[in-house]
Amino acid sequence: MFEQSISILAQKLRNKDFSSVELTRTFLDRIAKLDPQLNSYISISEDLALKQAKAADELLANGQGSSLTGIPVAHKDLFCTQGTLTTCGSKMLHNFVPPYESTVTQRIKEAGAVMLGKTNMDEFAMGSSNENSFYGAVKNPWNLDTVPGGSSGGSAAVVAAGLAVAATGTDTGGSIRQPASFCGITGLKPTYGRVSRFGMIAFASSLDQGGPMAKSAEDCAHLLQTMAGFDEKDSTSSETETEDYLTNLNTPLTGLKIGLPKEYFGDGLDSQVAETIMTAVKEFEKLGATVKEISLPNLQLSIPSYYVIAPSEASSNLSRFDGVRFGHRCEDPKDLLDMYMRTRAEGFGGEVQKRIMVGTYALSEGYYDAYYLKAQKIRRLIKNDFVAALSEVDVIMGPVAPTTAFAIGSKTDDPVAMYLEDIYTLSVNLAGIPAMSIPAGFVGDMPVGLQIMGNYFAEAKLLNVAHQFQQHTDWHLQTPTMAKGA
Amino acid sequence: MSIDKQDVLKIAHLARLALNEEDAVQYQHSLSSVLSLVEQMQSVNTDGVEPLSNPLEMTQRLREDVVTESNRREEFLANAPQTEAGLFLVPKVID
Amino acid sequence: MNWEVVIGLEIHTQLSTKSKLFSGAAVGFGAEPNTQTTLVDLGMPGALPVLNKEALRMAVMFGHAINAEIGMHSVFARKNYFYPDLPKGYQTSQMDHPIVGKGYLDVMLDDGSTSRIGITRAHLEEDAGKSLHEDFQGMTGIDLNRSSTPLLEIVSEPDIRSAKEAVAYVKMIHSIVTYLGICDGNMAEGSMRCDINLSLRPKGQEEYGTRTEIKNVNSFRFIEKAIYTEIERQADILEDGGRIIQETRLYDPDKNETRSMRSKEDANDYRYFPCPDLLPIELTQEYVDQIKANLPELPNQKAARFQEEYKLSEYDAGVLSASRAMADYFEQANESVKDAKLTANWVMGELSKLLNQEQLEITQSPVNAKAFGELLSRVQDNTINGKTAKDVLQAMWNDEGSADEIIEAKGLKQVTDTGAIEAMIQEILDANATQVEQYRSADPDKQKKMIGFFVGQVMKASQGKANPGIVNPILAKMLKG
Repeated sequence: MFEQSISILAQKLRNKDFSSVELTRTFLDRIAKLDPQLNSYISISEDLALKQAKAADELLANGQGSSLTGIPVAHKDLFCTQGTLTTCGSKMLHNFVPPYESTVTQRIKEAGAVMLGKTNMDEFAMGSSNENSFYGAVKNPWNLDTVPGGSSGGSAAVVAAGLAVAATGTDTGGSIRQPASFCGITGLKPTYGRVSRFGMIAFASSLDQGGPMAKSAEDCAHLLQTMAGFDEKDSTSSETETEDYLTNLNTPLTGLKIGLPKEYFGDGLDSQVAETIMTAVKEFEKLGATVKEISLPNLQLSIPSYYVIAPSEASSNLSRFDGVRFGHRCEDPKDLLDMYMRTRAEGFGGEVQKRIMVGTYALSEGYYDAYYLKAQKIRRLIKNDFVAALSEVDVIMGPVAPTTAFAIGSKTDDPVAMYLEDIYTLSVNLAGIPAMSIPAGFVGDMPVGLQIMGNYFAEAKLLNVAHQFQQHTDWHLQTPTMAKGA
Repeated sequence: MSIDKQDVLKIAHLARLALNEEDAVQYQHSLSSVLSLVEQMQSVNTDGVEPLSNPLEMTQRLREDVVTESNRREEFLANAPQTEAGLFLVPKVID
Repeated sequence: MNWEVVIGLEIHTQLSTKSKLFSGAAVGFGAEPNTQTTLVDLGMPGALPVLNKEALRMAVMFGHAINAEIGMHSVFARKNYFYPDLPKGYQTSQMDHPIVGKGYLDVMLDDGSTSRIGITRAHLEEDAGKSLHEDFQGMTGIDLNRSSTPLLEIVSEPDIRSAKEAVAYVKMIHSIVTYLGICDGNMAEGSMRCDINLSLRPKGQEEYGTRTEIKNVNSFRFIEKAIYTEIERQADILEDGGRIIQETRLYDPDKNETRSMRSKEDANDYRYFPCPDLLPIELTQEYVDQIKANLPELPNQKAARFQEEYKLSEYDAGVLSASRAMADYFEQANESVKDAKLTANWVMGELSKLLNQEQLEITQSPVNAKAFGELLSRVQDNTINGKTAKDVLQAMWNDEGSADEIIEAKGLKQVTDTGAIEAMIQEILDANATQVEQYRSADPDKQKKMIGFFVGQVMKASQGKANPGIVNPILAKMLKG
């Protein structure tokens, strides 16, 4: 029953084929058996989950509840959950139990979903391999020697391995899409401002966006339906009306105009990945879509622009971790400065410290114009590229990452090699548009994700396009061998 | 673009990160690589381009001036490393 | 050497909103530590700011009051530095695009001259918490109640040339913000705090000298004293051929000296950048115009009206309008008196004297404006004379009742019955026949001096209750014989 979609599970829960408590128990047992191989959860909230499941069963018995009522899900450990440890993958927050709830998890809780636990992640969402977690690396369920991608690597792994029906993730430069691609699941990064950032521990405020990660586009639609919408607690939350993400799923794709940016298929892209992507694109043509080549000329600049803007915002956002009001504090500080210096050096891992320093440098006196301001100007050029392209086509397609999941430890020595991996995802965050990764095939045993990018607030369109593909393919229904073991 | 160890120590101090000699050397190397990577921005002409800081270019929404929060001091203090008499404690601050 | 002092002031004004600048926590002074805080003010992970509408309106009001350009497009920026009372590790402030741009104020000095002080800008920012240095296990306690309280920082041009001018300027700002009702003006509670940038240069030199910044001076008197002592300190150094170090200093009122602040020595690089959690504020002309149209009367407008409407002198109008509370007291008292000159004299004279003696603000006066007006009405309608009124005021001050009750109870009513006064005068003339003879044989000039004796006798006989206005003509007539 762990492989079923949300719609079917919801139906079966209503039909009393099984209860939410039974369903939750199944997942908790699977977690106990399989997670030691994956390390995908930082904390498992068994008691809370069973309590929530019981409450969901009562609600369903009364004919109440939503499609998420009684469905076991997991949250990236970056969303603050009231009364439940929230670490953000960092030693800095190894003991932090928030007395408040993020808007995203609040809404999912109110919809009646069951929270199984909090998923592992790159520390403060900084990374593309989930190797930067204080709680250890996460393994890819498709091959335990490879990375699941990052930073939402734990969320991708739990969905792929059937350790939760669906999960939340966050995406600052590809952190939903790239792990979704590496783990063969479906992930959606919404338009900036579509999902509230309140209670999400900030990495880069102008880029961060929470979104759903699940087996299928339809499951993602169920989650987004609950997650999306205006929140008065977030000044950057959009007041644009949300759409019904489920009703348009079955709209035929006849006449859909797909743009393929030539820059996405150049040097650096693995040829087999390219082939897989092109096969998927052909599938869309069969469904009535037309394809044309487009150009996003400033794509290459998204790397430097992003690696100035994100660390700059992060260097400031992470200043609040100072050992005064919450989290780690060093032993026996000899004075105030010593407390700051050692608390932060001990609490943050190497990648986080590196990015804080890059950001501090980029914002410092005499460098601001050359770095931060320049990066913001390039950011506009990148946005303009997308706006121009999306005036000609309905969606843009391409790869999510240049390769499939790489071996654990293979890219940790070169400080910039990993950054270059983000080339196809960063520009979407800089522009603020929505984008998805959907399973499109395999290279060897490893899944390949197809990226679908759309216009601002076109989430319903993206989900429709993805769902139609999934109605005609079964890549999203594949299960890694290790997941079948329990 | 490369930076020297002194620069690294200066940045680390601004960011309040204690580095030992070995760390400083390592960060000197990795920060220099990152800065070289971002250096390619300088080749682009951005004259007359307005910087973009928020992708939606929305404007600030305003909150009514009403007190909506009640006192939850004990819950907040529960996460603090050291407290006394309702205060967060830190090593002596000298003005 | 003859030194010229150059002063620029940064005044931090706490805006009197109900809730914080970026959160729904209450704003207030004197609450139990950390009880007026929420996620945002504590800098908790995942907390986000949303701007208080009222704080923005107040800032625009102030902009209009100092004839400033309003920033139609303003932006919040982060000022990054570590300090325990700064929970987020940055202060949300405004840098390149403040809400209030260039403006000015005309400040009247004691000698009646006016000088124009330029105001560079005024911007919105959040206040920090407080560090309590009492000994807590040898540590410092942090109270974040004040964190995120809205501040308007008013930055002057370096146009100020003396301590007196500085104080006059700060008083004017104080008067404006209290008139506008955007700040309670309570300096003792830190509602207005002043940073003083001060340098010296040889008279006639164009170029500025090296300046020091004296932080957080919070009374008019301390501002004046801090300036005098800093001028002296800098002059001494310069006279000895030394150099001024650009630094932050603290004024110690007990020792009346300024000293270097060690904690601020670490020359900071604040790494300002636009706050990505807040978006640009775009104002419409309609919004700005509407605030302007609804602006309350300002001190200089009120002074002009007092001269025009009540025919008060420029000096009296200036004194009465300097504080909104005093101006309101005056106008309220005068409502029943309808003799502005009389009311003005009494408010500025006897009432101010009593308040000063007990170090009370006019808002704390034991005699309210209405009661005070009733007392003055009794002077005006000749029920009592001025001397008696002072005694009645003292009794009112001691809470012995209203003016009428006290006059009645103590039998202080003036005798205005001309018959009774004539009889009283006759008695006095009879008892002082010699003096009457001397008077009658004296020349008119001498008579004028001699009449005082008889007036005194009448007053004595009436226990001060005879109305001098009635006594004088009758006495003069009867003395003629």
